[in-house]
Amino acid sequence: MTSLPVSTEKRLGLAIDLDTCVGCQACVTACKGWNDQGYGVPLSDQNPYGAEPSGVFLNRVHSYAVQPIDGAAQTINFPRSCLHCEDAPCVTVCPTGASYKRSEDGIVLVNEDACIGCGLCAWACPYGAREMDAAAGVMKKCTLCVDRIYNENLPEEDREPACVRGCPTGARHFGDFADPDSKVSRLSAARGGYALMPDLGTKPVNRYLPPRKKDVRQDASILAPLLDIKASGFAGWLDRVLGKI
Amino acid sequence: MHPAPSVIVFSVLSGAGFGLLFYFGFGFAHPSGLMAFLWWGLGYSLAVIGLLASTFHLGNPKRAWRAFTQWRTSWLSREAWASVAALVLLAPMALSDWLDLGLPRPFGWLGGALALLTVFTTSMIYTQIKAVPRWHHWLTPVMFLSFALAGGAVLAGQSFAAVFLAALVVMLLAIWQVGDGQFARRAQTLGTATGLDRIGDVTVFEQAHTAGNYLLREMIFVVGRKHAQKLRAIALALAAVIPAGLLAISGEVWAFALAAICHLIGALAARWLFFAEAEHVVGLFYGKR
Repeated sequence: MTSLPVSTEKRLGLAIDLDTCVGCQACVTACKGWNDQGYGVPLSDQNPYGAEPSGVFLNRVHSYAVQPIDGAAQTINFPRSCLHCEDAPCVTVCPTGASYKRSEDGIVLVNEDACIGCGLCAWACPYGAREMDAAAGVMKKCTLCVDRIYNENLPEEDREPACVRGCPTGARHFGDFADPDSKVSRLSAARGGYALMPDLGTKPVNRYLPPRKKDVRQDASILAPLLDIKASGFAGWLDRVLGKI
Repeated sequence: MHPAPSVIVFSVLSGAGFGLLFYFGFGFAHPSGLMAFLWWGLGYSLAVIGLLASTFHLGNPKRAWRAFTQWRTSWLSREAWASVAALVLLAPMALSDWLDLGLPRPFGWLGGALALLTVFTTSMIYTQIKAVPRWHHWLTPVMFLSFALAGGAVLAGQSFAAVFLAALVVMLLAIWQVGDGQFARRAQTLGTATGLDRIGDVTVFEQAHTAGNYLLREMIFVVGRKHAQKLRAIALALAAVIPAGLLAISGEVWAFALAAICHLIGALAARWLFFAEAEHVVGLFYGKR
């Protein structure tokens, strides 16, 4: 079971647009909300209203300040979740076969009934995509909302991951990267989508779309020509006389 | 990485236990009668106690049997098989020594080899993880095998134990020296991890969450690293230098007993450092290591 499929029919994943993401955390909340009552055990919280709350989230949004060599610093919001790697190290290390990658669509899942909660898969993941559920003692991770995307009980527009559906700025896109004509493939190609830490050999499916180039800040004010007023008439004479005193 | 006491106790005790069983298996020591019962018993106890301790950090220990199923890909599963195979295959030899059945020595060779293989599989659980650069190096299996061979030699009362302990000094200094540069050699930074280095210099503006989480507790363990140098000196002295000195002075049983206790305490300190000093690349996303 923990042998990786040689290839998958589809390569389902997300294209995350770092240009349009405003860091509102709606995807974090949507994910927590859906997965708390969807696939597997709930995403438990420990001491949620106490002094030191802690809980499982399958998606976390970081905020970074990036200072280019020239130009102003930028704030870049950076959602981080499972990348559904083709060569997923979290799958092969699993001793029980609980961790697996689906050959039909490439989704990496955990069979919670077989998980012993050893935590080795979380160690093997370079991206911090897996978090242990402290209540159930099993590993939780992004399911790519496998219980939404094929769910015929949902209206068609809802058959995409909760994080994608909930994003108010359209910064998250879901689709099949194996199909070069899919929306996500074309978007990634057009925007120079990149994988995270490719040198670790994990071959992530998800792509991050880098922020678009910012406008160059103009140092001179666009009002400058209007400020350079030459006085004329009496005011001009006064200006010249006063200037000489 | 979080130094879980159960994993530290497991790997040190079972490592020493399988080291001792290796020497018994290959007949370096062949006790008889009650002595055989106690001595083999020591090897089995250390190995089994270690294996049991390892289940304490599991979220669902009742399903531990499933860990035998994925030997094709998982080093943890291979460890489960190797350890059980070693313990089972050495049992006739242990009984033969105890009850004086006169089983020929080669009966123990396969079990002895499997005992050492078990230690190797344990080490590969850590070595395989690319996300922890300090572990992802061939010196990691060398370190685990060195501890098993040196610790086992002391427990088995072998005259060459002092030489192995001296070699342990060299090995520890080497793995610390190499390990300290491993993260830098991987050349991963917050910029490369996020891919934002293509824009400019990246710093953390705001953390993704204010409270702690599993990742921060498990993978981004920073407590105690400030005393790393002192702990290294303690580990080096207790695990190798002092027991080697003791065995150089005397070959009596008391010297071996004292050396063994000293070595195991030092090995625990060294193993604690092995975890506490290991940095996972996920820390980069948090601007930490």
